[in-house]
Amino acid sequence: MPATQDFHRWPDAHGRFGAYGGSYVAETLMAPLAELTEAYQRLRQDPDFLAELDRDLKYYVGRPSPIYHAERLSQHVGGAQILLKREDLNHTGAHKINNTIGQALVARRMGKRRVIAETGAGQHGVASATVAARFGMKCVVYMGAVDIERQKINVYRMKLLGAEVVPVTSGSKTLKDALNEAMRDWVTNVADTFYIIGTVAGPHPYPQMVRDFNAIVGREAREQMLEGYGRLPDAITACVGGGSNAIGLFHAFLNDAGVRIVGAEAAGEGIATGRHAASLAAGRPGVLHGNRTYVLCDDKGQVTETHSVSAGLDYPGVGPEHAFLKDAGRAEYVGVTDDEALEAFHLLARTEGILAALESSHAVAQAMKLAREYPKDALVLCNLSGRGDKDVHTIAAREGITL
Amino acid sequence: MNRIESRFFRLQQAGRTGLIPFVTAGDPAPEHAVALMHALVAAGADLIELGVPFSDPMADGPVIQHASERAIARGVGLGDVLRWVAQFRQHDADTPVVLMGYLNPIELHGYARFAQDAAKAGVDGVLIVDCPLEESAVLEPLRAAGLQQILLAAPTTAPARMVKLCEAARGFLYYVSFAGITGAARLSTADIAARVAEVRAVAKAPVAVGFGVRDAASAKAIAGFADAVVIGSALVERLAGATEADEIAARAHAFLAPIRAALDVP
Ligand SMILES: Cc1ncc(COP(=O)(O)O)c(C=O)c1O
Repeated sequence: MPATQDFHRWPDAHGRFGAYGGSYVAETLMAPLAELTEAYQRLRQDPDFLAELDRDLKYYVGRPSPIYHAERLSQHVGGAQILLKREDLNHTGAHKINNTIGQALVARRMGKRRVIAETGAGQHGVASATVAARFGMKCVVYMGAVDIERQKINVYRMKLLGAEVVPVTSGSKTLKDALNEAMRDWVTNVADTFYIIGTVAGPHPYPQMVRDFNAIVGREAREQMLEGYGRLPDAITACVGGGSNAIGLFHAFLNDAGVRIVGAEAAGEGIATGRHAASLAAGRPGVLHGNRTYVLCDDKGQVTETHSVSAGLDYPGVGPEHAFLKDAGRAEYVGVTDDEALEAFHLLARTEGILAALESSHAVAQAMKLAREYPKDALVLCNLSGRGDKDVHTIAAREGITL
Repeated sequence: MNRIESRFFRLQQAGRTGLIPFVTAGDPAPEHAVALMHALVAAGADLIELGVPFSDPMADGPVIQHASERAIARGVGLGDVLRWVAQFRQHDADTPVVLMGYLNPIELHGYARFAQDAAKAGVDGVLIVDCPLEESAVLEPLRAAGLQQILLAAPTTAPARMVKLCEAARGFLYYVSFAGITGAARLSTADIAARVAEVRAVAKAPVAVGFGVRDAASAKAIAGFADAVVIGSALVERLAGATEADEIAARAHAFLAPIRAALDVP
């Protein structure tokens, strides 16, 4: 079944995905963004660059990642077969490195010697510190003071990798504030600094560039499905923080109208409680961090504090392409609560021997819900975006256990 | 003629450099916001830049971030700011007021409704930090209502783009003196003098220079080549913590008067 429109044609020349996206930044950043756009549009078609990227993805990141049939989990749920795209098996333990490798290669070709990054869960910070070490670049990571507290292991990992971790104490002291601070650094050090944004947010060309680098996930998965199962999945799902692992999986399937696409946002303690991070399910169109998208904000336009048990989903905005896909009706976005994610975490651990990241556990919970809607011979593909080692302390603390 | 244009016209005729103080609306005390505006005028302001508090001020340094946070904590929003401008206008029909801030509060207010409300309150222009020329189609209702969009130019602005900005500039063009955030201290007048001279040669609108101006000396240095100077963080810092109207006015005066005097020395 062909799709009703070509979803692969976005963004347009202005960096817009329908009504969303764009470049809402201070004048000082217009020139560096133009420089980056020019460099990236050239590199994304440069066979040399793409070959270099492929080599790193294969030998450094460890791609391709397999699709694993979670048979015991599927049996336990009693519906469709749940398949996991194992991004947790990548070097550094999450999909984030697909993007940081790509951006670091762009930075190197642009002659930038210093990279900066924002991080929530610390996974993007670790992935940035990792590639900076590999390419001999100086790396500064901005991280909310609250997140530093709940992701101590990743903070230490970044330091081991030679990065400087700068605590951010403004605003809600979480991911959105880290992004603000990284932007402030960039605006101050534009000449020698490359800003590696960790998700499909920010001004053009970031939503496109980060998507392109993560789209390897869906491209591989689509091929693996045809090869291993002889057909495409009935439904695919991924967790949505900023939306990079989700768009990474979704993109290759957007024009396959027969594939249902569902994004799982963090519903925290429940959308009705107001303590959540479900920008698409409960937000409204606004402008944040350089793009127009769905934003969680009050009637005065102040961005509201979000809540999720997983630091990586604790973000009040979302990539503009997801906003577009929601309005176009091509993808559904639903909330998964902290409790549902934790339940999925434990179930996956005990039925399959996989400790998933708390972020990814939202996707697993959603895959379980979807599986229940389908017959046993249906296939639900879930992006297992990262591994859960970083979350062991959080989970223990929630369950009253001191390690 | 718009109030901004007539103010600059008169400054030029008098051969004076404009003084543009920036304060975050509602800081240090929301109940004295209007009194502060009058105090700024009494201390020598030619135009007032009023910051609309926003939760995520990406282009601002710690001083203005904290002022924004304090104002938001006291519930200040765009609606209050418009109300204060309307009250200010009852006693001051001449001093132009420019709202400075970020797009999201205006987006949520609604562009058409904002244009109407702002024009009615007596706002003369808006400077939206995260709305570059390329994205400003959404601001069409503001222009239709007679409000001027104040554009920014920066040291990183490429020559071709600078020409576009100069052509599009209305009211005045705000030249950001260095690549950075508000409140940083990286002012190097020698570097910017040449660039501002170039910009002034092309722009039909007057050119105000801001970022990094902290006191009479730095203001005076800028005055040599700009139509106006903008002072923000240093003033906001000076006002922070004051609670009474008298004290706020006294601090504004103590801070601005020497700057005014320095600018007025030929
Ligand atoms: C494992 C993992 N999954 C998902 C996310 C959420 O980000 P995104 O929505 O950009 O994939 C994060 C962010 O830190 C993460 O670490």
